[in-house]
Amino acid sequence: MTLVLFLEQTLNGLQQGVMLFLMAAGLTLVFGIMHLINLAHGSLYMVGAYVTATVTLASGNFAVGVLAGMAAAGVAGMVVELLALRRLYTRDHLDQVLATFGVILTFNELTKIIWGPQALFLSTPAWLSGTVEIIPGAPYPAYRLFIIVVGLLVGAVLRHLIINTRLGMLIRAGATHREMVGAMGVNIDRLFTIVFGVGAMLAGLAGAISGPMLATEVGMGEKILILTFVVIIIGGIGSVRGALVGAILVGVVDTYGRAFLPTIMRSFFEPSVADSVGASMSSMTIYVLMAMVLIWRPRGLFQAYGGT
Amino acid sequence: MTDPVLEVIELTKSFGAVTASDGLTFSVKRGEIHALIGPNGAGKSTAIGQLSGEILPDSGRVRFNGHDVTHMPTYRRAQLGLQRSYQITSLFPDFTAEDNVAMAIQAQQGHSFQFLTRARRDQTLRQPARLALKRVGMEDKAELKVTALAHGEQRQLELAMALATGPTMLLLDEPMAGMGQSESLAMMEILRPLKGEVGILLVEHDMDVVFALADAVSVLVKGAVLMTGTPEEVRTNAEVRRAYLGDEG
Amino acid sequence: MTWKLTRRTYVHGIGLMIMLALPVVANAVGEPFLTTIASRVLIYAIAAVSLDLILGFGAMVSFGHSAFFGIGAYAVGILTHHAFNSEVIAFLPGDWTGSTAAVIQWPLAILAAGFFALVIGALSLRTQGVYFIMITLAFAQMLYYLMISLPTYGGEDGLNLWERSNLPPFDLYDDQQFYYLTAALLLAFLALTRRIVGSRFGMVLKGCKQNEPRMKSLGFPTYRYKLTAFVIAGMGAGLAGALAANHTEFVGPGMMHWTRSGEIMVMVILGGMGTLIGPVLGAATLLLMEEVLSQFTEHWMVILGPFLVIVVLFARGGIYGWLVGQEQDDD
Repeated sequence: MTLVLFLEQTLNGLQQGVMLFLMAAGLTLVFGIMHLINLAHGSLYMVGAYVTATVTLASGNFAVGVLAGMAAAGVAGMVVELLALRRLYTRDHLDQVLATFGVILTFNELTKIIWGPQALFLSTPAWLSGTVEIIPGAPYPAYRLFIIVVGLLVGAVLRHLIINTRLGMLIRAGATHREMVGAMGVNIDRLFTIVFGVGAMLAGLAGAISGPMLATEVGMGEKILILTFVVIIIGGIGSVRGALVGAILVGVVDTYGRAFLPTIMRSFFEPSVADSVGASMSSMTIYVLMAMVLIWRPRGLFQAYGGT
Repeated sequence: MTDPVLEVIELTKSFGAVTASDGLTFSVKRGEIHALIGPNGAGKSTAIGQLSGEILPDSGRVRFNGHDVTHMPTYRRAQLGLQRSYQITSLFPDFTAEDNVAMAIQAQQGHSFQFLTRARRDQTLRQPARLALKRVGMEDKAELKVTALAHGEQRQLELAMALATGPTMLLLDEPMAGMGQSESLAMMEILRPLKGEVGILLVEHDMDVVFALADAVSVLVKGAVLMTGTPEEVRTNAEVRRAYLGDEG
Repeated sequence: MTWKLTRRTYVHGIGLMIMLALPVVANAVGEPFLTTIASRVLIYAIAAVSLDLILGFGAMVSFGHSAFFGIGAYAVGILTHHAFNSEVIAFLPGDWTGSTAAVIQWPLAILAAGFFALVIGALSLRTQGVYFIMITLAFAQMLYYLMISLPTYGGEDGLNLWERSNLPPFDLYDDQQFYYLTAALLLAFLALTRRIVGSRFGMVLKGCKQNEPRMKSLGFPTYRYKLTAFVIAGMGAGLAGALAANHTEFVGPGMMHWTRSGEIMVMVILGGMGTLIGPVLGAATLLLMEEVLSQFTEHWMVILGPFLVIVVLFARGGIYGWLVGQEQDDD
């Protein structure tokens, strides 16, 4: 294994981490402030991906597609919030899990009805197709760098929002002292809607920019949803900082696992066995990571919210 | 036995920058009703929490009935005979009043890894449960679900649960909270006969109750005990008056 | 003993009659495959009842239950595979080549599931709330990926069972006999769980569901009781898995995927959580809806999805609650 390979994989891990952060930030805020477990968050990601792919293919313009995807996710989110989620804020977590599970099933089926069961593929937009030699001697895909940049930018904007604005203060206070915030005369419903809307758009953004890299298909939401939950559990619910740390951690560990475990396994097993064992062990790594974190810190690394 | 049933020695607890308990020291004699009073924010709830085991102190010791319970988990202290009631009612809402008390008794008796006999027909649980309810005057409400009970009745049920296990000591955190005049009087008449039998640490705001019931009073100010004495001694103490800003006493 | 003729009695009576008469009627109307479908319902009913024990009575929202179902199934699958091929089981001591005898396979399936439930439960129950949900989900996924990675036992494609379990004097290939055997096991399991739920242990579990901090302050080391319930439930799921392996003559990693846990959970909730009988109705409803609706449209999920949301939002007692009237206590 060379240093170049290691750096490349680290960048890959960072890129995956940043995608997870976009998903996790919204989910952790919604959970931390509204105490709502929203399994349908993954569906918003899927909506973002599908709409972006469709609009981009139709208009030929990726930027327009991304904006459309984000908007669609935001709208879809608001519709779901109005119809179903609003009644769930006061319910217990089990009800929320089940109801949003039902929302997932509905969205998946609607998507199949509208777009059909085949996956959509989006090619990388021309202006992002090249490579950048960020590691000397190893050209790195420009699109992946683009994702990293977008993610870090969003992170910086969120940080500014949370630390320096009134809205951010309300979010921080709401995460730990919801009743007090309400008692202070703040319109809690509006705060919730804004938080939820921001989360939905971030999920849509993640879906939108995933297009050129992953297949756009039904069920993509659940795959990333699980990873996202793992991230916010590791990071600690309600903490955006935890979401960032958790996301990078998960992204990097998962990427290293997939890249290096099969190779490591080859020193123990013959190649065919090593590859299959390596492949599934690498799928397991993040779950093992989460279990280890929880056993050490049952409330995650940066607990902002006191549990149920 | 003249040694105290509860000894609190230099208990200290801080939450970040806030010191809730600052070298808390006092003791409760066997069978004594000992009131813990103090202005708001004095640290009474934190004190009770450290005695029941829901909060662990930063330093100091708690001795209960000859055992050092400072770091013991709550359920172990309960098994040793230290029971508490809560300022905000904490019951089993879907169970009947009798179920609630039977649960407390079952906790004391043990044998809870029985899987095949019907608990609701187990007279070793139901009989003492009915008796405990009778003691607080609630035997006619035995079959009612907690959600059907009035607030005052729920507080009485809390007390019945604490008493049903034959505890050595009770930690009562504002048992009369939210009760009207007649309900409070009824509660006092339930507590009074316990003197001599059960040690009681009573956190209370209502001075009438304190003077009617307490054998001894400890005044808590800013997490430390300002003084311990008889109700009369406390009432006439100038420093105590000052601590309360002349509000009560 | 006096029996009150309540709605509940009617519902139970009619349900029992349907269960017992079904294969006979199916044959009479010339649709014997109905018996096969009904067997599947009964198998999942056992899994759902076992989940209700911890979910409905102990408030433990476990997404790991599919793991125990899968372990029970794989236990039977692996033992059959080795017996059929006369291969020695490498990871066990000695030279054992497995067995197709149900009296060996099924208890082993139950014990294996119970063992994993003990380990997973011991670790997971140190957390609560959503953390518990996620860590149980993680463990299910770990086992899922583990089974995918073992090519000896089929990997991603799973394992075919070339023989059903051997349980003289029964012939498990006979649909009717298999059905009645499964029905008997379900009824026995229901009787057992009913007893457990009404016992001193059951009271502790119910107390933990309503107010766990109070249970602790009363003197109960709640962790032990929850873990015990978790293991019992896991064993029930293992039994269901063993039966499922026989029923489909196939075991695959998909049986352990977390979405399977979700399906079983849906059965419990649809049917009525915390009622034991409810989950049976839930299993029947979900699987029958799947059968019936998929005849009309492959997009039947678009009906189930909103239906589930509506049930959760508005029909808290589930189907059982709706049939039987107001919330009944289990004694």
